[in-house]
Amino acid sequence: MTIGFIMLCHTALDRAAEVARYWAERGYPVVIHVDKRVGRHRNGRLARQLSDLDNIRFSTRYRCDWGTWSLVAATQKAATVMLRDFPQVRHVYLASGSCLPLRPVEELEAYLAAHPRTDFIESVTTEDVGWTVGGINLERFTLRFPFSWKKHRRAFDWYVNFQRRIGFKRQIPAGLVPHLGSQWWCLTRQTLSAILQDPDCETFDNYFRRVWIPDESYFQTLARLYSTDIQSRSLTLAKFDFQGKPHIFYDDHLQLLRRSDCFVARKIWPQADKLYDTFLRGAGPQQPQAEPNPGKIDRLFAKAVERRTRGRPGLYMQSRHPNENWENGRTCAPYSVFEGFSELFEDFESWLSKTTGSRVHGHLYGPDRVEFAGGETVYNGALSNSAKLRDYNPRAFLTNLIWNTRGERQCFQFGPDDTQDASWFMTLDPNAQISVVSGAWAVPLFHSNLDFAAIRKEAARLQKIEGEHLNILRSPYAKARVRIWTMADFVESPMEPLQTIIDEINPRALRRLAEAPKMVDMTGFGQFLQNLRNQGMQPLLMGDFPAGDLPRPPGARRSRPYLVK
Amino acid sequence: MGVWKSYRLRLARQRWRLRAWRKRRELTSVGDRTGAIGRRDILVFSTLRNERIRLPYFLQYYRDLGVDHFLFVDNDSDDGSREYLCEQKDCSVWTTRHSYKRARFGVDWLNWLQWRHGHGHWTLVVDPDEFFVYPFCDTRSIRALTDWLDASSIRSFGAMLLDMYPKGRMDAQPYREGGDPLEIANWFDSGNYTISRNWLYGNLWIQGGPRARVFFPDNPQHAPALNKIPLVRWDRQYTYVSSTHMLLPRGLNLVYDEWGGEKASGCLLHAKFLDTFAGKSEEELERGQHYANSHEYRAYAAGLQDDPDLWCKWSEKYINWRQLEILGLMSKGNWA
Repeated sequence: MTIGFIMLCHTALDRAAEVARYWAERGYPVVIHVDKRVGRHRNGRLARQLSDLDNIRFSTRYRCDWGTWSLVAATQKAATVMLRDFPQVRHVYLASGSCLPLRPVEELEAYLAAHPRTDFIESVTTEDVGWTVGGINLERFTLRFPFSWKKHRRAFDWYVNFQRRIGFKRQIPAGLVPHLGSQWWCLTRQTLSAILQDPDCETFDNYFRRVWIPDESYFQTLARLYSTDIQSRSLTLAKFDFQGKPHIFYDDHLQLLRRSDCFVARKIWPQADKLYDTFLRGAGPQQPQAEPNPGKIDRLFAKAVERRTRGRPGLYMQSRHPNENWENGRTCAPYSVFEGFSELFEDFESWLSKTTGSRVHGHLYGPDRVEFAGGETVYNGALSNSAKLRDYNPRAFLTNLIWNTRGERQCFQFGPDDTQDASWFMTLDPNAQISVVSGAWAVPLFHSNLDFAAIRKEAARLQKIEGEHLNILRSPYAKARVRIWTMADFVESPMEPLQTIIDEINPRALRRLAEAPKMVDMTGFGQFLQNLRNQGMQPLLMGDFPAGDLPRPPGARRSRPYLVK
Repeated sequence: MGVWKSYRLRLARQRWRLRAWRKRRELTSVGDRTGAIGRRDILVFSTLRNERIRLPYFLQYYRDLGVDHFLFVDNDSDDGSREYLCEQKDCSVWTTRHSYKRARFGVDWLNWLQWRHGHGHWTLVVDPDEFFVYPFCDTRSIRALTDWLDASSIRSFGAMLLDMYPKGRMDAQPYREGGDPLEIANWFDSGNYTISRNWLYGNLWIQGGPRARVFFPDNPQHAPALNKIPLVRWDRQYTYVSSTHMLLPRGLNLVYDEWGGEKASGCLLHAKFLDTFAGKSEEELERGQHYANSHEYRAYAAGLQDDPDLWCKWSEKYINWRQLEILGLMSKGNWA
């Protein structure tokens, strides 16, 4: 008892010849189908190359187009030759010209000898298939497909939709339950001959002739009728990507293929010399008799497909430039934006950095330069601190910074005096944590030594900008974690909000905040606001400050507030 | 895309093709071996002027990747470049004394040569100081890439220009013929690139890198474009519009994914900043043959006088393509 191999070849005939020779020389008969589109010259060469082997046959040639009946017809013819000419064959293995045996064929024989009545053919009902091209499963069997999917996609789609609309349905022959699966199978003589010699053969053939991609359904469906024992998996390792085309193996997959313990792999790049040398000619280390285990390869290719379809969140680059809302993460990691805190507290940045252990920048969008942490002129990824470069593309500046500092949380200050162009972007970003003490920009003005007329003008300008910014933050589309306090509320009890923010940045820190940052001197601030009012400007964003001094005991004001635990 | 826009772009494409066809007369063949080009050969097209010292390594690099034939336009070299190339068995050379600028910085010449010799081939358009890096380039030849692109029905492959520079003064370590320039200029900027989209042509416009950081901090919109599409399965209907930054028909410019995924892409390592750069930039400034009144070279000359060091604390040292992949400068896409 032996195995017979059917090979469907259309390109790289030299490689196909090598593989055929490998099997034939070891006493396993091979039937080769060469695509009719291959020229007579090249076909003749293949025949000459293999002429010294008497257990190789060539079957009637068909012109094979992807997804058409011709592939099934070619297989049928080749299988008939196989069953007729080689009576000792018990299992027939369907392979392609770009397949490569990964384990000695004797091991495959031993494996099949242990399963003498088993058909290895992936065969899944249409409801359970998730991988089909074009999303057409059951409809493959009930619609007509006169147009080529590859060449006339529009006509194809139009005609499919048309048939759906008018409710056209082909009758599935009685007794057939449509199944789909990989076209590379290994069937027993019993099953295969039953399929080929079925009295209803003609009915089935006529039906499948008009099914879409019958090479993935003909044998898969009919095997269910005759087989006594189906193992629904393919012995050939073949992986498909999201467009339904097979992944290709190269020399650098050698170790991966070796460890997969699969019997045959497809498809191999024809110029992968090392793979062909190793698996066809090299002795190779003796492996234990293991079940095929393509897990690692599965993972590798699943990752590749994921990279192609989902990409890396927060990355904008030459081959990934998502449309708005298709970013799968506008930025790649969470970050915090503080507005008004550094105005209200002395040395807020170093306090925050100490408390949270994250990187704390000044006003990244400052008007004169980018205030990187530590006053750096260049930062991670060689980001420049030039305000002009940053303002040339403020969004890219932020996404670059967050991408470049993956693994370290970034915090920065923001305020109405800064470039505002990134406001919307941050507001719509679920990674942003934006905390605002509104109106705090007035504190530096209060401490400044400007003319009051100038202060009034500046206050009006900043208030207008911050008002617009707050409107954006309060938009119903906002996805950022936004918290807004008026300055009056915040000054009343600063610890609680700070604790909330810090907890969110550092959820695993168990300690409560022991030390609050020191607030700047606010004596006379209420009066300052009143003066602004008296000059005709209405300071709104600070909340209700009493015109007099702050309502707290004068002694506590300059000292550090400590929490009572 | 509306009918009108599509019609306009079609007109533009035919205009560029006509222009290339007219400019063919400026080229004189001095070593035509195009008869030796096989049906499936991968071709490199390049324009150069006085690059003799770089050529041996350039040819070797691309031969090792699996390029089969080189087609050069020599713009009036006087340092023996032309003679050297004519001796090479796999090079075809044309020469011209006409204006580089008026041939739209060589694009017209190469468009013609690609029209004439590139039809049906995978063509790679690079300058002698650009080194093409693609996923798995250390283990797979360029043929593996083009075969995969063919199988995936992809016609063009993007590779961003990545400016490489040495640490310290540019003239500190002289470049010697045949040596790997990337051993001297082996630093780059990893994360300061900005991208915007050209809605008419559909390509991305990428700027940034050391040139924007050092030479154009006050004038970022003038910083050079870094987006490139050098590898194309050529058809004589195609045409490059502006350098290799964009093509027509504009479907070829879609080398990026718009729905969150990543397409496969590579990088062109740009080893321009060697000790030869100062001389070159002086010469080019004098000739005035470069883009937008040579303002790029003007900026370099000004920048280089003060401080010729492009290196900074956050520069990355080049290791291999996987490093570029991890940094997010290029991608494997679904090639595995």
